[in-house]
Amino acid sequence: MEYTTALTTCTYCGCGCNFYLEVLDGQVIGTIPCKTSPTNEGKLCIKGWNVHEFIQSPKRLTRPLIRKNGELVEADWEEALDYTAQRLKEIAEQNGPESLGFMASAKVTNEENYIFQKFARAGVGTNNIDHCARL
Amino acid sequence: MTNSVQEIEDADCIFIIGSNTTSSHPLIATRVYRAKEKGAKVIVADPRRIHIADIADVAVQQNLGTDVALLNGMMKVILDNNWQDQTFINERTEGFEEFTKAVQGFSVEKAAELTGISTEDITAMAEIYAKSDKASILYCMGITQHTTGVDNVKALANLAMLTGNLGKESAGVNPLRGQNNVQGACDMGGLPNVFTGYQKVTDEALHDKMSKAWSSGKFPSRVGLTIPEMISGIEEGSVHGLYVLGENPVVSDPDSNHVTKALEKIDFLVVQDIFLTPTAELADVVLPGASFAEKDGTFTNTERRVMRVRKAIDPPGEAKPDWEIIQELSSKFGYAMHYESPREIMEEIAAVTPSYGGISYARLEGPGLQWPCPDQGHPGTPYLHKDKFARGKGLFHAVEFIPPAESIDDDYPLWLTTGRNFSHYHTGTMTRLSPTLVCEYSENFMEVSPEDARELDLSQGEQVSVASRRGEIGVRVQITPRLKKGTVFIPFHYVESNVNKLTNPAMDPIARIPEYKVCAVKVEKNP
Ligand code: SF4
Repeated sequence: MEYTTALTTCTYCGCGCNFYLEVLDGQVIGTIPCKTSPTNEGKLCIKGWNVHEFIQSPKRLTRPLIRKNGELVEADWEEALDYTAQRLKEIAEQNGPESLGFMASAKVTNEENYIFQKFARAGVGTNNIDHCARL
Repeated sequence: MTNSVQEIEDADCIFIIGSNTTSSHPLIATRVYRAKEKGAKVIVADPRRIHIADIADVAVQQNLGTDVALLNGMMKVILDNNWQDQTFINERTEGFEEFTKAVQGFSVEKAAELTGISTEDITAMAEIYAKSDKASILYCMGITQHTTGVDNVKALANLAMLTGNLGKESAGVNPLRGQNNVQGACDMGGLPNVFTGYQKVTDEALHDKMSKAWSSGKFPSRVGLTIPEMISGIEEGSVHGLYVLGENPVVSDPDSNHVTKALEKIDFLVVQDIFLTPTAELADVVLPGASFAEKDGTFTNTERRVMRVRKAIDPPGEAKPDWEIIQELSSKFGYAMHYESPREIMEEIAAVTPSYGGISYARLEGPGLQWPCPDQGHPGTPYLHKDKFARGKGLFHAVEFIPPAESIDDDYPLWLTTGRNFSHYHTGTMTRLSPTLVCEYSENFMEVSPEDARELDLSQGEQVSVASRRGEIGVRVQITPRLKKGTVFIPFHYVESNVNKLTNPAMDPIARIPEYKVCAVKVEKNP
C-alpha cells in the first residue's frame, strides 16, 4: 500500500485554504488542513473537510462525448478535438471571429485561464471572453 | 481585497455589508470572531439577520436594494458631526466638493425611510465606523449583484476615503470573492476588456508587446462581449459558436429559461467540464477535464495571494488536465501551443503581466505571494494604496440613490433575494455529489418570516410554488425570524428548483452584473 500527501489549495471559495490531500493507492481518502498556511492556519470549513468526496464521484466524465443523431455518445480524443477545431474554424471563417464566444472559468487554474484567453484573442481573434465573476 | 485576510483580526471596526460571511467565507468569518475577541466593534447590514449579526454591536436589515441610501445616510452623519479625516481627504483625494454637495442634499431621515432602518441605528453605525482608527469593510455579492452594483461599490469607497481607511493595515474596502479562482480568472484576462493584469485591450500601445509575446499579428482592440451579451448575440443570430470552460450558465445565469433556449439554438456548443452539467447536456461536444486534485497550477485567492495547486492523483478514465485540452484544441485550430507544463505557462504570464512579474513556481513554495509583485526581488503586497492610489489621487464619486429595477406590486407582492447556504457551493455541481454535504441540505427551500407565513397560511416544510414575471419553481417553506416581513430568500444551488428562473436579468449599466439580489415574486400554496 502506498500513502502520499499533496499540499494544495481548496477549490471551493475565495478564502483559498491550503490542505494536504491524503492519497492511498491512487484514491484521495481525506484532507489535512495546513497549519502554516496564512489563510487558514490549520482550520477548514465543512466544504474543505469533505472536498475529496466530489472528486471521486462515479458521475465524473471520463471520455469525450459528441452529439450524433441527437444523442451524446462517447468518442475518442482525436475525433472530439478534430471535430471541435473544425467547427470552430468553419464558424470563424463564415461569420468572422466575433461570432464565437468564450466562457472562461473561476474554477480552473490561472495557467488554464491564461491560455484560454490567449487562444480566443491570439488564435481566434476575438475579445468575446468572459467568466462568471459577475454571478 | 485592498487588504489581507490576516489583517482583519487587528481591525478596530469591521463593517460587513452584503456578505453572509459565515456561510460563504467561513475562514474569513473566523478572523472577524477573533477581532471581536480582541475588542473590535462589528457592524452588520444585511436584509437577512445572518448568523454573524449575533456578535454585532449594531445589526440592521436594510430593505433590498437600498445600500446607497444607507451609506449616503451614514456619510451625511459623519459630515454633520465633522468626523471625517480631513488630512487624508486633502492630501490623498479629489472630488470631495462635488461629493459633499450630493451627500448634503440628502438627509438621515430620508435614508431611514428608504432603508427601513432607524435614524438612531444609522447614526450609531456612522459613529462607530468613523471613530475607529482602523475600520475594515467586508462585502460580497449582496453589494454587487444589483443594477446599482457599481454605485454601491463607489459609495463604499467614498466611505473609506472620507474616514482615511484606505492604504493602511487592517482597514480598506474588501470584496470577498465568491468562487475560489474568480480573482485569478480576472487577473488572467478572462474578461472582454482586458489582457492579463488588467491591461486594456483598447490600449494600442500594448498590442505590440502582446503580439510579440504571442507570435500573432491580429487582435482586435475593440472590447468583446460579456456573457449576457453573448446570450443575446445567440438569439439575434450574431453569435454562432460558444466554448464553455468549467461554467454552468444554464443554472447560474439570471432568467435561466432564456439561457437554455439560446443554448439549444446555437449552431455549435462545446463544454469542457468534469461533470455532465445541465449546460453540458446541451452541448455538441463535451470534453472531460480534470479536477483541482488531478493537475498542477495556481489559484489566486480573494486577498490576491497566488498559491500552488498540486497534483495528487490521476484524472479518471481518459479525462485530461484542462490546459492540455485547450492547448491541443488551439493547435488543431491552427494556433500552435507547445507548453510542457503549467510552470512554463506561469513563466510566460510573468513576462507579459507587470503585477505578476515576480511570480514563479520556485517562489511559490511556502505561503504564496500577493500581487502586485513586479519583480523577482519584490516580497508581494499585503495591502494596496499605501502611499498613493493607482491613479494618483483617490477619487470621490457623487452617488445618488436609485431604486431596484423591479418593484413589488399587487400581482407580485413579495421581495425575493438569493444567496448560499453553508454546505453548498454555487450551482451545486460539486457539493451536491458529496454525501456529507448533501446530508446538511438535500433540497431547496424558501426562508420566510413568521408574519408572512401566518398571512399566507404557510406551514413549516410545506411545498409551495414561487413565481416571478419570468418563471415559477417549487420549494419547501422554512419559517424563520431571520427574514423580516415582506422579504423571502431562496438559495441558488438547486437545478431542479432553480431560483434563477425567477431572478431579474436587468444589469448594472457598467459592470453588466445582473440584479440577482432583488426581484418581485408571489407565493402560492399548492392545490
Ligand atoms: S475550506 Fe471552506 S473556507 Fe476554506 S477555501 Fe475551502 S470552502 Fe472556503
